[in-house]
This record gives sequence, C-alpha cells and structure tokens, in this order.
Amino acid sequence: MASVTNTDSGDRGTASRFEHLDRFHGGLVLPGLHEMSTSLPISEAGIPPLLIIPLLQHIGETAECLVKAGEHVHKGQIIAAPKGRVSVPVHASSSGTVVAVEERPFPHPSGLSFPSVIIETDGRDEWDERRYTLPDYRQLSRVRLLDHIRAAGIVGLGGAGFPTQVKLSRDSDDRIELLVINGVECEPYISCDNMLLRERTREVIEGVRILQHILQPRDCVIAVEADMREAEAALRAAADSSINVISVPERYPSGGERQLIKLLTGREVPSQGFPSDMGIICQNVGTSAAVYRAIVRSHPLVSRIVTVTGGGVKQPRNLEVLIGTPFSYAVEASGGYKDDVDRLLMGGPMMGFAVSTDEVPVIKATNCILAVTREEMPPPEPPLPCIRCGKCTEVCPAELLPQQLYWYARSENLDAAQDYSLFDCIECGCCAYVCPSHIPLVQYYRHAKTEVWNNEKQRQASDIARERHRAHQERLERIKRERAERLARKKRAISGKDGARKDAKQAAIQAALDRVKKKKELEGITRRNVDNLTAEQAEKIREVDSRRQHKPPPGEH
Amino acid sequence: MLTALLTLGALATLIGLVLGYAAIRFRVESDPIVIQIDKLLPQTQCGQCTYPGCRPYAEAIAAGEADINQCPPGGESTIQALADLLGLDPKPLNPEHGEHSEKTVVVIDEQVCIGCTLCIQACPVDAILGAPKQMHTVIEAECTGCDLCIPPCPVECIDIVPVRETITNWIWPLPGDTLAGTAGIARSEIEAH
Repeated sequence: MASVTNTDSGDRGTASRFEHLDRFHGGLVLPGLHEMSTSLPISEAGIPPLLIIPLLQHIGETAECLVKAGEHVHKGQIIAAPKGRVSVPVHASSSGTVVAVEERPFPHPSGLSFPSVIIETDGRDEWDERRYTLPDYRQLSRVRLLDHIRAAGIVGLGGAGFPTQVKLSRDSDDRIELLVINGVECEPYISCDNMLLRERTREVIEGVRILQHILQPRDCVIAVEADMREAEAALRAAADSSINVISVPERYPSGGERQLIKLLTGREVPSQGFPSDMGIICQNVGTSAAVYRAIVRSHPLVSRIVTVTGGGVKQPRNLEVLIGTPFSYAVEASGGYKDDVDRLLMGGPMMGFAVSTDEVPVIKATNCILAVTREEMPPPEPPLPCIRCGKCTEVCPAELLPQQLYWYARSENLDAAQDYSLFDCIECGCCAYVCPSHIPLVQYYRHAKTEVWNNEKQRQASDIARERHRAHQERLERIKRERAERLARKKRAISGKDGARKDAKQAAIQAALDRVKKKKELEGITRRNVDNLTAEQAEKIREVDSRRQHKPPPGEH
Repeated sequence: MLTALLTLGALATLIGLVLGYAAIRFRVESDPIVIQIDKLLPQTQCGQCTYPGCRPYAEAIAAGEADINQCPPGGESTIQALADLLGLDPKPLNPEHGEHSEKTVVVIDEQVCIGCTLCIQACPVDAILGAPKQMHTVIEAECTGCDLCIPPCPVECIDIVPVRETITNWIWPLPGDTLAGTAGIARSEIEAH
C-alpha cells in the first residue's frame, strides 16, 4: 500500500513503508491535558531522607534480599538478587545505611504492604565502585548484552514492568522484522515519555541503536503521538535512516502495544499471543534510554522520569525520581499539594489506580503521580442497570464484547468470560468511560481476571498436594513393608537357633519318661512298709485303692 | 425402487463401516472417572468426607457409595464441578461433614513445641519439618489446611491461621459494596501537608 515512488529501494526500511497508517477498532479521542506538565523542564527530585525500595517492581518473581539492617550500601549496589528467569535484581538508588527490611505500603490497588528495603540516605549519593564497565557494545555478543541488561535491573518502563531481557531474548532464529519504540503517550495528563524525547533525544536514539544491534531487526520505528511535535522534530534530527520516526493520530489507546502494531503494520497480534510471534518487538522509549545508560554509562536502573501532575499539585512537572522515593517527597518537589486535592493516583486517569497513602514509593513502573481535585475527577455516579446500548462494543479497541464479559464476570461465570476472550482485555477503560449507566466495567473484568489466576494457582497447589500425599502414602507403605520384612527375618533367625535347643530338651524329657516306664514295667509295683499294719490302717488302704480304681487316670479329663 | 433401496443400503453399510473403524482407530483415551473426580477435589486430604483422603473419596463417588456434597474445603464450587462432570443435580454441602471456610494454614508456636513428632506423623502431605526432640515447623506453601496435626499435639502449640492476603493472591473486589478500586471510583485520604 505504501509503494508510492519508492521503487528503487525495494522493501528496504524507509519512512514510506509506514507512511500510510492503518487504524484500530474503537478507541476514544480524549482531552490530552499533557501540556499541564510540559512547561517546566525535567528536574531532579533530589535524595529523600528515606528510600523505600520494594523487592518486587516488575511482573515475575520477587527478588531475594541480600542486605541486612545496619549495612551500608552504595548507589547502584545490588540489594536483592533475581530469582527465576522472569526476574531482575534490585539496586540501591542512593548511598546510605539500611535501617530495616520490612513490609511497607506498596503502590498497588489493594493497598497491601510488601517487603521492602528501607535505606536511610547519607546525601553523598556515592556510586558503587565495583560497578562493571563495558567495552563498546558493538563488540559484544547478544547474550552478553542481555545479561547486562538484566543485571542493570531493566524492566519495561511503559507501565507494565516486564523484564526487558526476557522480552528481547528469542527462542527461535526467525528474524525480527520490526522493532517498535513506543513513545505514544496516549493517556491524558502523562508526559514523561514526551519530555524524555525532547530533552534526552540522544539517549533514546543510542538506546535504540543498542536494541537494533541486539535484535538486528529489518525495520525500526519510533512512534510518537501527533501532538508531540517538539519530540518528533528532535527525533527526526537525531535519527539516522535506519530509524523511522512516525507520528500517530491522537486517539486513546494508540499507545497500547497491540493497537500501535495494528496502526503501523495493519496486522493483528493473535489472541493470547505475543507480538514476538509475528516477529515484532515493542519497547518503551524510557526503556530504550535505560538500556543506553546501562550499557554505555554502566548505570543500573536506579531512577526514572515521573510526571507529577493534576489539578491538586502546585507545579505540575516531570521529575527524575530515585526508585524508592515516597510519593509525598515527589509531590513536595513539585510545589506540594493544593488545598482542594481530593485523590492521589498512580498512573493516568484511565488505567491508573488510587493509592491509599502518599507514603508509597515510586517503583520502576511508576510513570505518573496524579493528584486530582474533585472537580477534575468527580466521584462516580451510582451505577444503573445496563441498557444494552452497545456503546462499549463500539469503543473497545480489542474488539471484544464488553457487555457479554460484564454479565459473565458479574455472575462469576469465569469459563464463559474466558470464552469471550477476557484475557484479551487491555483494561484501557474506554468501555467504562462511555457507559451511560456508569457501570465500572473494567473493575468487573479485573475481578474476573484475578479470580481466574487465583483458581489456576489453587489448582496447581492441589496438584502438588496430591503428589505429596501420594509420596507420603508410598513412604508409609514402604516403611510398613520393610518393618514386616525385618520382623520376619528376625523371627526366622531366632526360631532356627531356638528350635535346636528345644528339640534336645524335648528329647531328654522323652528319654527320661521312657526310662521310668521301662523300669516300671520290669519291676511292677511293690508296696513297702505294709508288714505291721493295724486293721484300721489296712481298712484305709483298701478304701484308697478302691477310690483309685474308680477315678479315671489324670490325663483323661 | 429396488435401486434406491440398494443404494441407500450400500451407503448405510459403507458409512457404518467407516464410522465403526474411525471409532476404534481415533478413539480418544480419557482419564478413568476416578481420576477425573480426583482432579476436581481440593486435595486437602483432611478426611472430613469420612474417607481417608481425596482419592478414596473419589473412588467412593465413582462407585456410587458417597454423595458429592461431602467435601467442606471444596465447598459449592467443587460440588458444582462434580455435578457437571457426573451429570447430577448440585445439592448444598452436607453440614454433617463441616462448613466451608476460607483456606487456612497452621503454624507451630516454636516456643512451646516439645519436638514429639506426632504432628509430623499426622500430616498427610509431609508439610511439617522436624526431628525428635527438635523444634518442628510448618512449610506454609505445602500446608493444605487439613488440620489433622492439631488433635495429636500434646502441648496444643499448633494454631490455625487464615492464608495471608498478599499482592500476589489479592483479588479485585467486585464493584458495589466498596468504593476501593479503579481510578474512577477510588477515594483515598491524602494527608494534606
């Protein structure tokens, strides 16, 4: 479709290949509100007195803590080691003393706490001297670079926080067709990617070059939103011919991975599949800059750019914040709260969630701290019954049937919800936004998803329990069998020895009896001392004799 | 007429043969019913169903000796799944066998434990670790919450605790009773500075 005048270069990656954008289903045109936080340049938030660094900041396994209270740590020192494949280490964001390793409030919709390392900073911000330094990345193998990306604790900075090295490693040798660097910040208020592209263009581009070196993609695209004109111009000036800078129209959620791929290539990522199945890899611009810092400057991921904005903040702006900085400190660095602030969110107004306290720390996935007033984001109106208007279906960018999913999620019919592709829902919130009955649809889907995950976990646990019970039974059986065998063996051994002795005894008794019998037979029975008997005595003997005759012999009872 | 009958007859025979062959050749081996039932049971191995473990209960159900509503840890959802599998009507949990409650685990008060090993012998899934006259401890991840270790303990040092809610097993609440949750409907107390 984009062949235009580009006949000489064949299918070589040139800008024209991506000039004609496709479109995705649904979506919404939302008020941008990005400008609110783009008037001031990115500044450093500074070093808070206490850093709260949670041991889990990404999708995957919790890292294993390596430090104890009282220990001194340097900036960039690994304080928790990765566990399992989908895991990355956690680094100290500044130098100081570990004061505790304990549960602290965590930025999560549940409001629950999570084990964290609490560091009392010393303000010196000294880097760990033992940091690795790398030669020119062009001379390094893919595997080595991926190891360094993992060791630097890099996860996707777009919000989901998936370990980057996992996303970049490939099982097959199929060529990566397209590397997409996602700078499309479509959610209202957020501007951290925009500001990063404007102020640190070179870092992003260098990061892209490293990613290109690792993946060797056929084409590479950096996508930005149409209203990010300054960022686009900066990118066009810095990018070489192998990198296409594409501006996509403002339409939420065009920054979603699947939606952006549809826009750029016209191809759909299969349900339950990954872009990598189609030879496409998508990375956030922030991740690209973090890769540059890790490989070229040997800086692990200890800080990120966070948009602190909303009508409840005095000076909405973008800050470079150390990981583990409490939200309250970041808000303070943006002038503090206004008096009419009502709620504090992590993330944007569409996909973010409210936090229960501003003591929660900034984690790697924190792209925005949003403090809103009641006028900006009024409390929801009470939900009314669904009138089956179908507006939700019209706006769903994943082409699902939100109404159907709603019924099934509400009635806890999880199998049916999965049949209607519950897990293809990207939780963008478009359906709930347009719902005239104000039904909090996304929350129903989130409920159903977490319920399914939990059931799956329970099923796995019961499989393990079944296996363990079987092993337990087998062990008991085995012990019983072995004991019985041992006993039988012992019995045999004893009866063997004992038997011989018994037989000898029996034989001796028998011989004695036989001797007596023989003797009796030979001699007969003679009465002694019967010579001088009185008549009385003779009478008694007779009596006894007659009794003896009547009485049966002893053994015959 | 005759041609039609013969044609149809021949077709029927042919198709019958093909289907008969296919039924043998492409036979799908399914798990025996006992294993299918066992897969639906929670594997708590608690014996509340009066059978010594989940597998014997599954065998009893398959043999028609036990009812499907005797498993308190499984609760309604297990009864429903069993009813679906066996084509029976679901019925409420038989209260004789106990009440359904949220999953719990046990913990040993290590200060009180005398190291008698009686609980280790009682545990159906070998989730208790210890040696004679040494302190015992429960491997929480492996504990099924069957509570079989509690009666043998001579010093009553084993407590039942609910499974802790963490961010990894937390379930989004359904909207309605609570206002916690999505950005649009959440309200939080911000300590105004």
